Amino acid sequence: MTDLMPEPGRQIRVVTPGLLCTVQDRGRTGFQSLGVSVSGAADIDSLEIANRLVGNEPDEAGLEITLGGAEMEFSHTTEFAVAGAETGATLDGVPLARNIRYMAHAGAHLIFGLAPTGLRVYLAIAGGVDTPGVLGSRSTHVASGLGGLDGKALSAGDSINIGVLFGIHAEGPFHEIRDTDDPDGGPLVDHGDIEIRVIMGPQEAEFTSAGLQTFLHTGYVVSDQSNRQGLRLDGETIESKSGRYDIVSDAVAAGSIQVPGDGKPIVLLADRQTTGGYAKIAAVVSVDLPKLGQARPGTTLRFSVVSIEEAQELLAERADRMSAIRPRSLVDKIVLRVDGNEVSVGVTERDGNGSSQTVKIAEIDGATYPITVQELPPLSRPALLESAVVF
Amino acid sequence: MTDSASQTGDGADSPRIVPVGDSAVLIEFGSGITVDLNTQVYSLADRIDSIANPAVTELVPTYRSLLVHYNPLEARYGEMVKLLSELIASSGDTGMSETTVAQNVVELPVVYGGEDGPDLGFVAEHAELSPEEVVAIHSGVGYRVYMIGFAPGFPYLGGLDERIACPRLKTPRISVPAGSVGIAEAQTGVYPNASPGGWQIIGRTAIPLFDVKKASPSLITPGAEVRFVPVDSHD
Repeated sequence: MTDLMPEPGRQIRVVTPGLLCTVQDRGRTGFQSLGVSVSGAADIDSLEIANRLVGNEPDEAGLEITLGGAEMEFSHTTEFAVAGAETGATLDGVPLARNIRYMAHAGAHLIFGLAPTGLRVYLAIAGGVDTPGVLGSRSTHVASGLGGLDGKALSAGDSINIGVLFGIHAEGPFHEIRDTDDPDGGPLVDHGDIEIRVIMGPQEAEFTSAGLQTFLHTGYVVSDQSNRQGLRLDGETIESKSGRYDIVSDAVAAGSIQVPGDGKPIVLLADRQTTGGYAKIAAVVSVDLPKLGQARPGTTLRFSVVSIEEAQELLAERADRMSAIRPRSLVDKIVLRVDGNEVSVGVTERDGNGSSQTVKIAEIDGATYPITVQELPPLSRPALLESAVVF
Repeated sequence: MTDSASQTGDGADSPRIVPVGDSAVLIEFGSGITVDLNTQVYSLADRIDSIANPAVTELVPTYRSLLVHYNPLEARYGEMVKLLSELIASSGDTGMSETTVAQNVVELPVVYGGEDGPDLGFVAEHAELSPEEVVAIHSGVGYRVYMIGFAPGFPYLGGLDERIACPRLKTPRISVPAGSVGIAEAQTGVYPNASPGGWQIIGRTAIPLFDVKKASPSLITPGAEVRFVPVDSHD
């Protein structure tokens, strides 16, 4: 957790929080031996991407919004980025793309629609969310009342202080990251079957070989009894050798898959308790944890085994990929001079869900604004430059 | 199990070292709940702490195992296993034994019964003892903190006298006040914060158990000994 530069009155106001909106960073580590849950973003990749886009440290706190359906108002001119599930977000009615850094004017309203696929959308704000740090983290853990704003999920009317970035601006006009087609770490927002790689153990010996086969060769559906603490899965019962599933309680990790008495696995996520008394058949590899944070009820998980060497190699590749996030220029642009300022107006393409979309932006003094461009009838063409750009 | 000094790292008694995902290693000393196993866990945790390896990010000791979280970008699994095996094997050389694990004693003043302990009567009835006898038995011994889990600062205590063991409530309470002292089956414990709970509540301490503003936020720490001291009021 970094110390931020506060500026009195510089805030983001929650107009509508949606189903669940919480402050999250990478989590509260270092106190698990005292029973303190780690919490943190359920899809850590999307939060990191959004943070990097706005020039924040990768572990800065942002907002995690489950399913979207939220509205925020900016008090000051602020740079921000949205990543994670596609919610058709708009800024004062202008459609936004994910994974692009934008500028919001003071008073602008950011509205998230409901995500048709994926589960969680992330908002990073340049300068970071400046709620009080608790035990080294701003992450909200609602069950124990730690972090965030008074340990609670955000409510309508809450105002959150935001920091100021001095001299650290993301390079270039904007950045773009492919968001769905990277099997090794990009947040996966598809609704359907997803492959989840695991390392077996530590208590796989509690299960029969038939039970292990069931776990690895039948799919498991995310139930609607799932939350930030864990995914409860429906599917075939996993057979244990003794008919019992409890062990002397021991410590769990992110992605630990425990099998309670009904034989249906539970995958532990960010808000997990620190210890548990059920046998753990396997643990999900780190690079696949963000997929679980985006797996909505109805999604089928298919587990496959990888070696620990491979899992750690994937993690190293993820770190390289994240630190290699670089700006990409506009594909097409026109440059205008307005009152002596250079204004670029242009389009770029981004890949999303297999189809390519066009995103229109304007760039003034290095800041990127979302814009709409009116399509005018051919006869009006000469008037285009005077009237077409609407901020 | 014999004491830890007899372990060579590859004998019949050597602990099991297994991965938990790609960023943690579990060292499992056994499968039961004994003071000896738990002492070995804390002894190894102390030795890992003492070498301050930058790849090790967090240690979580439990009844009979130690989970070592590490950063695979700093050290891969093979290196961690080698490091941990060496530390386990060195236990005899360093003279580490259960006597060197500091036994921190925490005394908690408890008002038993009444509003503070609404289930004391039920526990006494179940045990076929008087409430005073239950209090005398409960406060008559020290309890080892085998581990902390479930919630911030919540201790798993060992050593409850079987005579006052008692089933959980049929219907858990929506909220149990902070500091409540309870019994569930053969366990006793104390709730650091208000939370839902199904334990039989026999008393309450007014001492704050968990304070995030302190550098060491939990009054009760893993490996410590807890003693409940009967008092008449919270003043």
